[in-house]
Amino acid sequence: MPDRITLVTALQGAGWHPAAWRVAGPVAQRLSSLRHWRDVVVEQDRLGIDAVTIEDSFTAGPTAADHDLDTTTVVGRLDALLVANAVAPATRAVGLVPTVSVTHTEPFHVATGLQTLDHVSLGRAGWRIQVSPTTREAALFGRRPGGDDAATLFDEAREAAEVVSRLWDSWDDDAIIRDVTTGRFIDRDRIHNAEYAGRHLSVHGASIVPRSPQGRPPVFALAHRADAAAFAVDAADVVLVTPGYDGREARDLLDEVRQLEQVAGSDVRRPVLADLAVLIGSSSAAAADELAALDGAAGSAYAGASDTSVLATTVPELVSLIGELRGLGFAGVRLRPLRIPLDSTAIARQLVPALVTAGLRADVASRPTADLRTRLGIAPAVSRYASAPAGSVSVEVSA
Amino acid sequence: MSTKRQVHLAAHFPGVNNTTIWSDDRAESQIAFSSFEHFARNAERGFFDFLFLAEGLRLREQKGRIHDLDVVGRPNTLAVLAALAGVTDHIGLVGTLQTTFNEPVELAKQLATLDHLTDGRAGWNVVTSSDAFHGANFRRGGFLDHADRYTRADEFIALSRELWDSWQADAVVADTATGGALADGVFADRSRIHDVDHHGPQFDVTGTFPVPRSPQRHPVIVQAGDSDEGRDLAAANAEVIFSLHTEFDDAQAFYRDVTDRLERVGRSKDELQILPGATFVIGSSAEDAEERSNAIRRAQVSPATAIAFLEQVWNRDLSSYDVDGPLPTIEPDHEGAAITRGRARHTRDVPALVQSWRDLAEAEHLSIRDLVIRVSTRGGFVGTASHIAAEIDRYVQERATDGFVVVPHTNPYGLDEFVDTVVPLLQERGVYRQSYDEGATLRQTLDLPGTIRDRLAAARTAAAAGPARAAASAGVLA
Repeated sequence: MPDRITLVTALQGAGWHPAAWRVAGPVAQRLSSLRHWRDVVVEQDRLGIDAVTIEDSFTAGPTAADHDLDTTTVVGRLDALLVANAVAPATRAVGLVPTVSVTHTEPFHVATGLQTLDHVSLGRAGWRIQVSPTTREAALFGRRPGGDDAATLFDEAREAAEVVSRLWDSWDDDAIIRDVTTGRFIDRDRIHNAEYAGRHLSVHGASIVPRSPQGRPPVFALAHRADAAAFAVDAADVVLVTPGYDGREARDLLDEVRQLEQVAGSDVRRPVLADLAVLIGSSSAAAADELAALDGAAGSAYAGASDTSVLATTVPELVSLIGELRGLGFAGVRLRPLRIPLDSTAIARQLVPALVTAGLRADVASRPTADLRTRLGIAPAVSRYASAPAGSVSVEVSA
Repeated sequence: MSTKRQVHLAAHFPGVNNTTIWSDDRAESQIAFSSFEHFARNAERGFFDFLFLAEGLRLREQKGRIHDLDVVGRPNTLAVLAALAGVTDHIGLVGTLQTTFNEPVELAKQLATLDHLTDGRAGWNVVTSSDAFHGANFRRGGFLDHADRYTRADEFIALSRELWDSWQADAVVADTATGGALADGVFADRSRIHDVDHHGPQFDVTGTFPVPRSPQRHPVIVQAGDSDEGRDLAAANAEVIFSLHTEFDDAQAFYRDVTDRLERVGRSKDELQILPGATFVIGSSAEDAEERSNAIRRAQVSPATAIAFLEQVWNRDLSSYDVDGPLPTIEPDHEGAAITRGRARHTRDVPALVQSWRDLAEAEHLSIRDLVIRVSTRGGFVGTASHIAAEIDRYVQERATDGFVVVPHTNPYGLDEFVDTVVPLLQERGVYRQSYDEGATLRQTLDLPGTIRDRLAAARTAAAAGPARAAASAGVLA
């Protein structure tokens, strides 16, 4: 079978390096414009990237050593879900995966916003689920003191993921009947209330949004720590691991996810993507120099601050690394371009064709245009309310 | 140069009530983005000021079950408006968004984002509610006392404005040109980003707002409340009122009432556009229009809808009644819990209402369905395109309204005919734009002066400085 690694690009601001905006040219002035986001995402779309993630937070940006906002780097951001919706009509194939936090937000709004993205993009929505751990974010809401421990935040996030998933399933595919004879627009037996009451939150009703093309857009979670990995296996369809961070090897991280799946009694082997920060140069030496210059401008090495490996690399090196990861059983990579648009453009224009040449990806032209779940190799979402087809054998599944 | 008052038009995306005829042959999906795209592009073709979208927070229920006779299901308001930002260039995008089941920093962030994505075309129809029915879909449930709805809305808006104002226009420096590629300057000037520290009865919010200042700074604020409190909130905060008053005398009285309130809070009557929602049935002749109107009203009130409508008032199961027969003789149930939920109740005095319907039905020999058609299909304009254009012009010149929110009967093509036939006649009358101003914000398209905050601040400055300064500052802001 021809190999087909998954390639996801992680978008944020002018890139992941704190000094990236200094080499972004005029783009640095328009990071808050639709034009900027459309330019970047359309390029990824046209050149065959499977999906883009869009970072988000309620903070204006990172803090400096004095705990105040660090304005030497990009501060200020747009809402990722809305950016994804705004670029959707201009794109045709790329998956759109905004980060949406569940810590201070309403699961009902999260669920309907992502369903709408799935409708707008005709089945290309995904969700990067995230918690908001900082006291800064808590203070902007003022509803709870903040400083909740990670276990509590992940526990709440599990509940939110469950509620969102129920809301996504709440309308059957065929709920809208438009039956003029009886005057009924819907068959209300085909709409199901979420009826969820957990320890942290509860939602009673059905979604206001009819079932979206994918039913349940795929959920992505970052598993850069053991507790996050356990959460990812519970809540997500796609797991992002960070090889090299904290001295962990790619192979071990993948094993950890598989073990967690076993412990959870899940027979689904989730696609695992290696999450890597990359600066792509014309040679190893050039890449190293460019990273050193950025680090110099930032005043410290980004590798010391990142939660994953930071690679100053070249296209051939990346191809060979991705091939090795594929050999280990990774489904693919999510690449965090250190500089946008420089490295995001290199990923789309240089890395993709090189992967095709190396036999790691199908040609763009022959790439299936399908919904995002299909592109990621995830089974279609069968609603929890769907009745088993007649004649099917019921299978006991342990919870 | 014409001195005639200019007409402002907005387009209401067909809603989830029986105004929208889903049984129409040309009706399309209420959720597919293609419907929204067609509707928005068509409104933009007709040079409308803005597109208006309602919000859904829970599916409506009747007799404990989801109401199934009208269009059911709609998108998330903010998400679909953001998508429309990508396919429109000029038209304002206004969303209805709750102050009760949202938090200020999140909603302010989303609205500021929408304003960036549209280059300044965002608007917010502020609505309040407090009922446990909607609350059941949210973390805090029905937490808010009914009496505190407007208190919360007021503080929500004030706090949102603090957040939107907290980044100065020149906060982002990002000067990559000076000093070479790796300049050692800052991305933003910290002294131009002001942390918010708000403590009020409803909200305690501290910290740095995440979104840089957007093109309009504040999205245009729209308000639809019709109660005394709602009108006060509008006078204090709104730049557009989406009103219910379409009969000429009533509309004129409402207009006067609200503009008087404006003056009491120090705003001029030009700082608010009053736009009633109205339906329009256009015919080739008066008779043709009347016939079409009757057909539309009959399609809006199916037999099942007629019974459901009576049930909302009677608060009883009336499913055994024949819609082509007389009204029920049984009395309405005043005691029981409301059988209809998720819908605003317009009726306060049920016995009087029921008596008036019985009188009407008896006098004119109306069946249940006839009666419901008569009393439920809302006030609208029926006639030839030139009649309708003349009426719109008259309402606006005589200050009964500043224009209308056009509510079509069908999705997504229900607005096309209005754009094709009425808009050119309004243009001929010299009361409607021939094109958009390039790069105009929604506030500019609406012919509104600066944000309310600016205007009130200017008025205070002017009052302190005397008449000479007043003229000067008004000139700057105009």
